[in-house]
Amino acid sequence: MEHIDWGLVDWSRAQFALTALYHWIFVPLTLGLSFIIAIMETIYVKTGNPEWKRITKFWMKLFGINFAIGVATGIILEFQFGTNWSNYSWFVGDIFGAPLAIEGIMAFFLESTFIAIMFFGWKKVSKKTHLWSSWLVAIGSNLSGLWILVANGWMQNPIGMHFNPETVRNEMNNFWEVLFNPVAVNKFLHTISSAYVLAALFVIGISAWYLIKNRNTALSKKSMIVASVFGFFSILFTIFSGDGSAKEVAKHQPMKLAAMEGLYQGQRQAPLIAIGFFGSQTDPNNPKEQEFAFNLKIPNALSYIAFSDVNAFVPGIKDLVHGNKKEGIISYQEKIEKGKKAIDALAAYKIAKKENKPEIADAALKIFNENFNYFGYGYYFGKDPYLLVPDVKISFYAFHTMVGLGFYFVLLFILIYLFAYKNKFQNKKWLLWVAVWTIPLAYIAQEAGWIVAEVGRQPWVIQDLLPNIAAVSQIDQSSVQITFFLFLAVFTALLIAEIKIMLTQIKKAKISDTNENTGGTK
Amino acid sequence: MLKLLNKIWTFYIEGFRDMPNYGKRVWTIIIIKLIIMFAILKVFFFQDFLSSKGKTDKEKSEYVSKQLITIKK
Repeated sequence: MEHIDWGLVDWSRAQFALTALYHWIFVPLTLGLSFIIAIMETIYVKTGNPEWKRITKFWMKLFGINFAIGVATGIILEFQFGTNWSNYSWFVGDIFGAPLAIEGIMAFFLESTFIAIMFFGWKKVSKKTHLWSSWLVAIGSNLSGLWILVANGWMQNPIGMHFNPETVRNEMNNFWEVLFNPVAVNKFLHTISSAYVLAALFVIGISAWYLIKNRNTALSKKSMIVASVFGFFSILFTIFSGDGSAKEVAKHQPMKLAAMEGLYQGQRQAPLIAIGFFGSQTDPNNPKEQEFAFNLKIPNALSYIAFSDVNAFVPGIKDLVHGNKKEGIISYQEKIEKGKKAIDALAAYKIAKKENKPEIADAALKIFNENFNYFGYGYYFGKDPYLLVPDVKISFYAFHTMVGLGFYFVLLFILIYLFAYKNKFQNKKWLLWVAVWTIPLAYIAQEAGWIVAEVGRQPWVIQDLLPNIAAVSQIDQSSVQITFFLFLAVFTALLIAEIKIMLTQIKKAKISDTNENTGGTK
Repeated sequence: MLKLLNKIWTFYIEGFRDMPNYGKRVWTIIIIKLIIMFAILKVFFFQDFLSSKGKTDKEKSEYVSKQLITIKK
């Protein structure tokens, strides 16, 4: 019997995680800043005030640097599908074909055409045409994100397809079901609105730095007002869409929700842990359970967030692994057996087809179809069901970091707006420094969000249907290790280049002020 | 039509020509990045794995099928 190469699985996962996390450093700023620029340019066109044109051009410069350095970094993820995750690529079939093709066309035609007008067209097209181009760049880049998130949403909740046992591929039978997959819709809204939050914090942070240095004060205060309003409404929408996402997770990925909350024993009126820290010791009677050293709970909140009902039962990790008859939850062992039946039936079907035995093939196909929903569990036959539990500590800390920072951003947007609007940043240097240092926190929140989404759904590459151990290609582990470090070097170099070029442009920028020295900190 | 194409061409050429220094530096990075990605990484490290297991879709499907019906220890 063949053995699982766990090292290969782990390195392939690590490589994908590395490239995805690095890619996501560049993307959210592009998504959010494009809208902030379009809003600023709209104010310029409406008011005719040339100061807004200078402000727009300044942020456009930083947008251009980020866009250029980040562009195409996501293609590396597609390279990895074909090399490291070939079983997965084949199994997915044509599901990703349509969304990714639309994404490619949109990215190419919408973004590349209108970005050229945005940067080269100030003196060559009319004000209105230029403004339209800026809006189309913003809409185009966000729609590009839509198709990627539709593909990701399908992996978290595979619908709108049927599995073809002849080709062992999934075939899309309902495009609209794939597009309007509730997981994908919530994921898209949550992701893009959080990207707007990051861009708003980026604008506020850099503006705050100028105010500390008493430079470009008009630009800074105007930018802060736009960014704080944009950021405030975006963070409210992020919280709203995050609530939608949590409900979808509760419905389709209950293990992820349990891991996010470190919930081992399910309960009704389940509390939400506001703050919590795991202890270093585990209970010797429950070695697989991570115990909290400290936690602060909000009564009933988890039941309400997950199911809009304080009395709803939220299953814990133990309920999902061992089953809970009272609550109608079947154990992982039962699911593993059903999955094994599906895999065996697929094997029997293939043999019967080859040997031209249609009756046996039909009977095997019937068993396969009855158990297909548990197909992926079958790969854990004869193994510890706890292998199907994601890393609880990482999921918990990433989730709580993201949520905690989210609520902090709400407060910061309100404070910044009030002080910027009233022009009272004198003696508020601390707040300006807080705003500057919130830029890295915004990136941490973004990455934490993706860690929750992706670590929390482990070991599934496609929820319930394909785990990472079956999705990975049988390639040499050392080749994955080499490319891991190559990517690390390339992406780090790109990030350093971006930061260096941006800092130079930020430090160099001299946007003429009409009201210099009227609200800086010196 | 030719006039329009010429206009678009001039638009891009003038845009690139009048680009500030930081823009030129960014474009250099883009070109180096794309060369590394497509001429080195894709060619030498990221070949299509299934193409090494079969030329036709049927052969690829048979390979993946064998993988999917094998439960490893």
